[in-house]
Amino acid sequence: MNLTLRIWRQKDSSAKGKMVDYKVTDISEHMSFLEMMDVLNEQLVNSGEEPVAFDHDCREGICGMCSLYINGEAHGPDRGITTCQLHMRMFKDGDTITIEPWRAAAFPVIKDLIVDRMAFERIQHAGGYISVNTSGNTQDANSLPISKHAADEAMDAATCIGCGACVATCKNSSAMLFVGAKVSQYALLPQGQVEAADRVRNMVAQMDLEGFGNCTNTGACEIECPKGISLDNIARMNREFIKANVKG
Amino acid sequence: MALDSKVPEGPIKDKWTDYKNHINLVNPANKRHIDIIVVGTGLAGGSAAATLAELGYNVKAFAYQDSPRRAHSIAAQGGINAAKNYQGDGDSNYRLFYDTVKGGDYRSREANVHRLAEVSGNIIDQCVAQGVPFARDYGGLLDNRSFGGVLVSRTFYAKGQTGQQLLLGAYSAMNRQIARGKIEMFNRHEMLDVVKIGGKARGIIARNLITGEIERHSAHAVVIATGGYGNVYFLSTNAMGSNATAAWKIHKKGAYFANPCFTQIHPTCIPRSGDYQSKLTLMSESLRNDGRIWVPAKIEDAKAIQQGKLKPTDIAEADRDYYLERRYPAFGNLVPRDVASRAAKERCDAGYGVNATGEAVYLDFASAIERYGKEQAKIHNITNATPEKIYELGQKIVEEKYGNLFQMYEKIVDENPYKTPMMIYPATHYTMGGVWVDYNLMTTVEGLYCIGEANFSDHGANRLGASALMQGLADGYFVLPYTIGDYLSHDIRTGKIPTNTPEFDEVEKEVKDRIDFFINNKGTKSVDYFHKKLGKVMWDKVGMSRNAQGLTEAMAEIKAIREEFWKEVKVPGSANELNPELEKAGRVADFLELGELFAKDALNRAESCGGHFREESVELDGEQKGEAKRDDVNFAYVAAWEYKGEPADAVLHKEELEFKDIELKQRSYK
Ligand SMILES: Cc1cc2nc3c(=O)[nH]c(=O)nc-3n(C[C@H](O)[C@H](O)[C@H](O)COP(=O)(O)OP(=O)(O)OC[C@H]3O[C@@H](n4cnc5c(N)ncnc54)[C@H](O)[C@@H]3O)c2cc1C
Ligand code: SF4
Ligand code: FES
Repeated sequence: MNLTLRIWRQKDSSAKGKMVDYKVTDISEHMSFLEMMDVLNEQLVNSGEEPVAFDHDCREGICGMCSLYINGEAHGPDRGITTCQLHMRMFKDGDTITIEPWRAAAFPVIKDLIVDRMAFERIQHAGGYISVNTSGNTQDANSLPISKHAADEAMDAATCIGCGACVATCKNSSAMLFVGAKVSQYALLPQGQVEAADRVRNMVAQMDLEGFGNCTNTGACEIECPKGISLDNIARMNREFIKANVKG
Repeated sequence: MALDSKVPEGPIKDKWTDYKNHINLVNPANKRHIDIIVVGTGLAGGSAAATLAELGYNVKAFAYQDSPRRAHSIAAQGGINAAKNYQGDGDSNYRLFYDTVKGGDYRSREANVHRLAEVSGNIIDQCVAQGVPFARDYGGLLDNRSFGGVLVSRTFYAKGQTGQQLLLGAYSAMNRQIARGKIEMFNRHEMLDVVKIGGKARGIIARNLITGEIERHSAHAVVIATGGYGNVYFLSTNAMGSNATAAWKIHKKGAYFANPCFTQIHPTCIPRSGDYQSKLTLMSESLRNDGRIWVPAKIEDAKAIQQGKLKPTDIAEADRDYYLERRYPAFGNLVPRDVASRAAKERCDAGYGVNATGEAVYLDFASAIERYGKEQAKIHNITNATPEKIYELGQKIVEEKYGNLFQMYEKIVDENPYKTPMMIYPATHYTMGGVWVDYNLMTTVEGLYCIGEANFSDHGANRLGASALMQGLADGYFVLPYTIGDYLSHDIRTGKIPTNTPEFDEVEKEVKDRIDFFINNKGTKSVDYFHKKLGKVMWDKVGMSRNAQGLTEAMAEIKAIREEFWKEVKVPGSANELNPELEKAGRVADFLELGELFAKDALNRAESCGGHFREESVELDGEQKGEAKRDDVNFAYVAAWEYKGEPADAVLHKEELEFKDIELKQRSYK
């Protein structure tokens, strides 16, 4: 395949960015999208230009590092995957592909296609944990039976990879799906109950502080989420939040 | 320097308890005055950072990703071992200890492995308390599965995402300490060297990967937890950023590097499909619980499949060679990884491979689907179930167990693995070798520790599945926090370590000079060009099986690639910005040295052993004919290499291994 790539180039967080066109040739349909980007970068290095910076690491859809807004969709045109799992068979010879970074006020661009997702970190610091010592003096794991259903549901929520596609795809740049997933995981487990009220209050407060927008139930986040995190988690977070505030 | 493993005296089952009872403790008020640097925040570093901070030390933690949650541990799929005996199938600490030593082909240190088995149960308790959603059965209790090389079911799991959930557990423990101000987290920072003062590790030089700034950080002790070096092969199941830099730099500053040639080739990876490929993807070994591995029994069928004229489903049951079940009836598809990998290579080399390149075997779920389907029909009282119904019921169970892996496979290969068997082939996966450490997990440099995959100690020449996660968390949560305290108890009056000293000046200059070289070198070839070239030599001559001639050639070839690299490498961009090519250049420079030492170590070890298969050392007759031949008389030692400039000049130190509690025996899975 021969393709035209329209890519957002931006030197650093203070520079102004712009779209630049590049051509790549001989792209195999078996390549992953990031392998196609490698081909472009190798070409740029060989011609003495600066390669395009993009985030990636595991290349198997689990680390949550890769991003990329491709043809107006977070992680591109396939469903239930990250950009590293996107394959070129989804495109056609001669296509022009537009590639941009996540766009959200809370995710400033660092360079080219790389954005700063520290806002997610700070939300987790605000309460994304259970306060148990790491001493190993905990009770035997089986002395706390948890129904398979609750464990499975907690697991589904815990599958979030913190990629930020939900924010990038939301017209309000809301982080509710991400925060909802985290709050839900602990809310569903007995271990998480003791500090449930503080946790949800603190995490939501930090989320607002970071400048993420509000959820207006459009549902785009759920559609674009590579891990199928369900909107139920937002509802559960809202319930937990109301409960926490009623209790005072 | 003579190697002292510092293994405590006394019976093996009491060593760790006695040790803990007699070490020096640091008074909590004094811990506030002690700084510790932890490099790497995967399972090992993350759990260590959280626990050390919890104890009261000031921790500075470093990672090259933008969050600890993205460390490569996140990718571990299958599970984590622990000797809980919840299944009542006869498991015990001793059995886990025994399986691990045997699985490692008797090249690990007994005392360390026993300690690992002892703390394993605690890890599960700890993680559950932290909210890790392990799989449960319908009674609400924890569920288990089994992994290669063992006959009990001791592996705890969270779907196919165990590493992710365990890492998120450690990360949440870190978050709690970050919020309290006890951990200062340096994301997107790369350690580029260690600083020694008076022979002790007292700090590091790191690069802020966003601004390019070179920073000095001091501490009373430094912990390296930077993972494995499998990317020396270019293609591996490791993350793209996984690297040897920290481990290699400390090696150059005095830490011995042990058993570099012990690298695990994992039997169940998705085969490579072309030259552009950037990495290989693992299919969890847990699939071997239900998947049966086969190739066609007749060479003409294999050829027809390779040419696309036959499909796997066209081959009758009688014409299939389930070679693992045939060769190893006791363990069947659940033999350890080294055995399964070599058996696949043997069949493919003989011409029976099943894809266009001839480098693939089948992993087939048809019989599992049928078996589960029949079981489900019984459970749900469905009499006269049609084959379609049985298939549907069975597929549901398989989907529940491995759904995300099947989905991943389909995305990559574009074939539905429920309908047609998966194709798999061995690939580089895990490094058992690494920085030499004593029982305290301290390297040969005082105050410099190494934990997790980056060290060498617990897995010998081969790692059984689900043991790496166990070791990472054991080291970080339960071992290092004790052993480092004993060392730091001597530092309570030292006070802050200044960074404006000649020692810091000197190492910072070395680091900056190297970066300047890369940026200013007027070369013509990209970093990846050299990395791929190195990877090819490594795979061809230092890969799944090795011989003296190939290894000798490899050493010379790697040296030549290294020389060309330093002349011809080209790194665009500048030093004072985010520059991924510059990051890669530094890492590949280190791989180019490590690769040669790796080959040298393999050449030295003239025996076949676990992940290291020397073609000259094979059993010639008897029941074990054709199997790897270990040589305990001459090689029951850890090869710890001392840096002397060129990798070829490294000096060998031997830590003789003693097996007092387990009899050294031929490893048999027949
Ligand atoms: C695909 C896959 C599946 C696996 N499945 C299993 C399994 O099912 N069960 C099992 O037990 N094991 C499994 N393993 C092995 C296991 O995941 C790893 O051995 C283990 O997670 C390594 O943990 P670690 O903490 O030592 O290193 P890592 O998790 O690799 O962490 C390394 C850390 O070091 C940092 N770092 C590296 N270099 C530097 C530097 N120079 N400066 C600063 N920071 C640096 C990184 O940012 C990262 O934080 C699997 C491995 C792979 C690749
Ligand atoms: S909720 Fe989904 S889209 Fe959002 S960060 Fe998590 S995995 Fe990514
Ligand atoms: S690179 Fe890890 S999820 Fe894409």
